[in-house]
Amino acid sequence: MRDIHRTIEAVWKIESTRLIAGIARVTRDIGIAEELAQDALVAALEQWPEEGIPENPAAWLMTAAKRRAIDYLRRGQMLERKHGEIARELEFQQQRLADALDQSLDQVIDDDVLRLIFTACHPVLTVEGRIALTLRLICGLTTAEIARAFLVPEKTLGQRIFRAKKTLSEAHVPFETPREDELHRRVESVLSVVYLIFNEGYTATSGEEWMRTTLCDDALRLGRMLVQLLPGEPEVHGLLALMELQASRTAARRGRKGEAVLLPDQDRSLWDYAQIQRGMAALEQAQRLGGGAGNYALQAAIAACHTRARTAAETDWERIILLYDALLQISPSPIVALNRAVAVGMAQGPSAGLDAVDRLAADAALVGYHLLPSVRGDLLMKLGRFTEAHEEIQRAIAMTQNLREQELLMERLKQIEKATF
Amino acid sequence: MRFMMIVIPKGYESAAPDAVPSAEAVAKMMEYNKSLQKAGVLLALDGLFPPSTGARISYSEGKATVTDGPFAEAKEAIGGYWIIQVRSREEAIEWAKRAPMSNNEIIEVRQIHEMGDFPEDVQQAAEGFESLPNSAAAKA
Repeated sequence: MRDIHRTIEAVWKIESTRLIAGIARVTRDIGIAEELAQDALVAALEQWPEEGIPENPAAWLMTAAKRRAIDYLRRGQMLERKHGEIARELEFQQQRLADALDQSLDQVIDDDVLRLIFTACHPVLTVEGRIALTLRLICGLTTAEIARAFLVPEKTLGQRIFRAKKTLSEAHVPFETPREDELHRRVESVLSVVYLIFNEGYTATSGEEWMRTTLCDDALRLGRMLVQLLPGEPEVHGLLALMELQASRTAARRGRKGEAVLLPDQDRSLWDYAQIQRGMAALEQAQRLGGGAGNYALQAAIAACHTRARTAAETDWERIILLYDALLQISPSPIVALNRAVAVGMAQGPSAGLDAVDRLAADAALVGYHLLPSVRGDLLMKLGRFTEAHEEIQRAIAMTQNLREQELLMERLKQIEKATF
Repeated sequence: MRFMMIVIPKGYESAAPDAVPSAEAVAKMMEYNKSLQKAGVLLALDGLFPPSTGARISYSEGKATVTDGPFAEAKEAIGGYWIIQVRSREEAIEWAKRAPMSNNEIIEVRQIHEMGDFPEDVQQAAEGFESLPNSAAAKA
């Protein structure tokens, strides 16, 4: 019984996106489309354990969803009949809708999936809403799985999804691929959602785990889907490159007891070189499409600099500074500037790095950001100013909610204390 | 989780050195590959020349012996593989079920070891292995 449920779950993960996309082409409402698809899943959970898994489970789900969708559309029209519509006309319309649905589900096209992604990441939604809907509709995750990944109660997550669907429906968000003039902005919204999912997996904002790699894998899967659906968009390749290159370090980023290991201390032989190769290929594709100066492509190029260095000491920090300069030009951000300051510290010495950091310290956006005191503390330590360094690291510890990051900083404190004596 | 789906085509163990699949079979396979790619699960794939072009190196008492293919005693042979990244063993099996294979052909689904799956002493032994292929990093 357990096995069959796991099989149904697997079929769902493979088929649900196309199923929902196909229904939404006819219903024009992804909330309703998802409910109808879910109904088909419930039917499968009831019938398959009794009758066995059908020969073609995908087609079975499609048929079940189609039947429910037609029922749903008829119900909608029953209401209209009360408003005095002629029965003949009604029958004709029913047939037309059923035909449309048949056709839609028989050949779900890539555009439907793309429309579904654009709708789930629509700017009318809150960022949390976009993330939840994307994981649910495009990655096929259950509400419980998403809640677990983000360490929020299942009920909260359920409400978040409910509200998001309601917002889409109330705002009459059309189920369509955005027009040319809007496309760029909307692609950006999709990419930022995917990267937020990746980052939540790569450096969990809270909790005991330093990384939640299944979220990284989901984001990578989305990234790989997107390069197929939007092959001409350089930033789509840029984001995939960035995620592949960062994820290639996963095995080296986690010590044997689950502790965090930062880039300079990583055993580089543990990097996944097949993944690096995929990342480099994606970066080359972004550059070939003329997007080398895009936001994600530049970040990927920085990641590539680290990848190329066989040891931390061989890192081309001067080139990294230049790439950060380019990044700051297109999207000025104090966090990017802070990263640049780290690179300056590596290339030109801790004193120059500290100057660069101190120029940022007043930025309101960095207030409460634990990496500011953490970076400052590091540079002060290198300069032998141990008392100040100690204070900064203590401040950083108070600012982070991730236990593994706290551990890492505690370790730093111990080093400082040892150096003082 | 990563899985390797290993293709074992019927009769491939005794296929001629220049045996190639038909255009029709290749077209079907391309369609399947495309579906893996669109779903974002495909990491790598390759097809292998028949065993008649290969060699087996067997080891006994510290000595390596080379035998050229075809291998008379072999009952089946690997024709190629996909590497996919999915969330469960069941999902890998579901993908394998969708592959366009002919009668009596086999796909074997096997999970790929990640470093974290090994016991601590094995992980320790693997540490600092410096000679991994670094071609991508060197090239770029």
